[in-house]
Amino acid sequence: MPLPAHIDYILHLADNALILGHRNSEWTGHGPILEQDIALSNIALDLIGQARYLYQHAAGMMGGDTTEDRLAYGRDAWDFRNCLLVEHQNGDWGVTILRQFLFSAWQFYFYKQLQRSRDRELAAIAEKSSKEVSYHLRWSGEWVIRLGDGTAESFSRMKNAVDQLWKFTGELFVPASFERLLIPEGIAVDVEAVRPLWEEKVGEVFADAGLEKPAVWMQSGGKEGRHTEQLGYLLAEMQFLQRAYPNCEW
Amino acid sequence: MVKVDTIWSLLDEVCDPEVPVLSVVDLGIVREVRAGDDGPAGRPDGGEAIEIVITPTYSGCPAMDLIRSTIRMKLLEHGYSDVKLTTVLSPPWTTDWMSERGKEKLMQYGIAPPLPLQQVCHPAWFRREEAIACPYCHSYHTTLISEFGSTACKSLYRCEDCKEPFDYFKCH
Repeated sequence: MPLPAHIDYILHLADNALILGHRNSEWTGHGPILEQDIALSNIALDLIGQARYLYQHAAGMMGGDTTEDRLAYGRDAWDFRNCLLVEHQNGDWGVTILRQFLFSAWQFYFYKQLQRSRDRELAAIAEKSSKEVSYHLRWSGEWVIRLGDGTAESFSRMKNAVDQLWKFTGELFVPASFERLLIPEGIAVDVEAVRPLWEEKVGEVFADAGLEKPAVWMQSGGKEGRHTEQLGYLLAEMQFLQRAYPNCEW
Repeated sequence: MVKVDTIWSLLDEVCDPEVPVLSVVDLGIVREVRAGDDGPAGRPDGGEAIEIVITPTYSGCPAMDLIRSTIRMKLLEHGYSDVKLTTVLSPPWTTDWMSERGKEKLMQYGIAPPLPLQQVCHPAWFRREEAIACPYCHSYHTTLISEFGSTACKSLYRCEDCKEPFDYFKCH
């Protein structure tokens, strides 16, 4: 029997990817220019693809009639284990870009370490996803610099984005209860060890962008199922079809 | 007795729906074909089963489901009904697995083929650009328009000499 914590851990990673993928997909058709609309839609596709592998893995471990679709569309906000950063609303292009950059920088170093997990399926998903995440990190990092080091208007929007999002980054490096059980097992990544790598990368890009890391109180709770109200609105839209017409396919 | 070579040549007739000039074999996503003694257990009536191992290009590639069903249809047309399709993620797909013939076909189709070496996609190599030759006039005087193109596997360039925009199949 797999540990319940093991399933929570896989769902945590899957929910991170699905929720950010969904948020990015909200930009499809609304991007500032066609090329960047396509870029963000491609990133959304990568993330949703990664989420599917993870949900399939969790569904396989849970057995019975659990499917990837049931996990994505059949759980409510308090069942979701994603970090608060990814559910934050899109805001303007600056907020969307910064959210992607802060998360991609985390995901990049996190997946590198997850490749050594004793859960070989997780390790394989991490290895596969790492290549895609390096594109996301490069693209979003370049945008942070372009906007931060751009005009007075673009700088003030980036600064506003930092003020909105920074308080949600602390949670990325604090292990949740299920992670603490799995780190000694060699299944979960010790997220505290990811922190210095992330800090360095973010520091480099912020220095080029002329942005500063604020010292603020950190909000957490997402990984334990305590979310902001924004997740509810997202799920209401994303899950509508499966809730109105359960198990429908087309 | 199913000949593994026959299956490989049938698979070479299955095209990628997004880049129809490439077959799934050219693309390098077919990793293994197992039949006969190496294959999966056959049916109770003695029919032979075939196992085909494939790997996705990008995690979110929406073409994978279509590729799977096209492979099944192609084999069914030739009388192979007991086909097991297995998906593996590791080792992850790389453009190194694309055939040389595939790269030539891409070039003729107007898509710049992937460079043999991953050059820029590493956070340490931020803001560097690759020199990509225009597939039409072969000039290296080209500019990146967007790192993400019409599909996950391509980025968009413009040739500054012949002025044509073109897709580059990213080295991955």
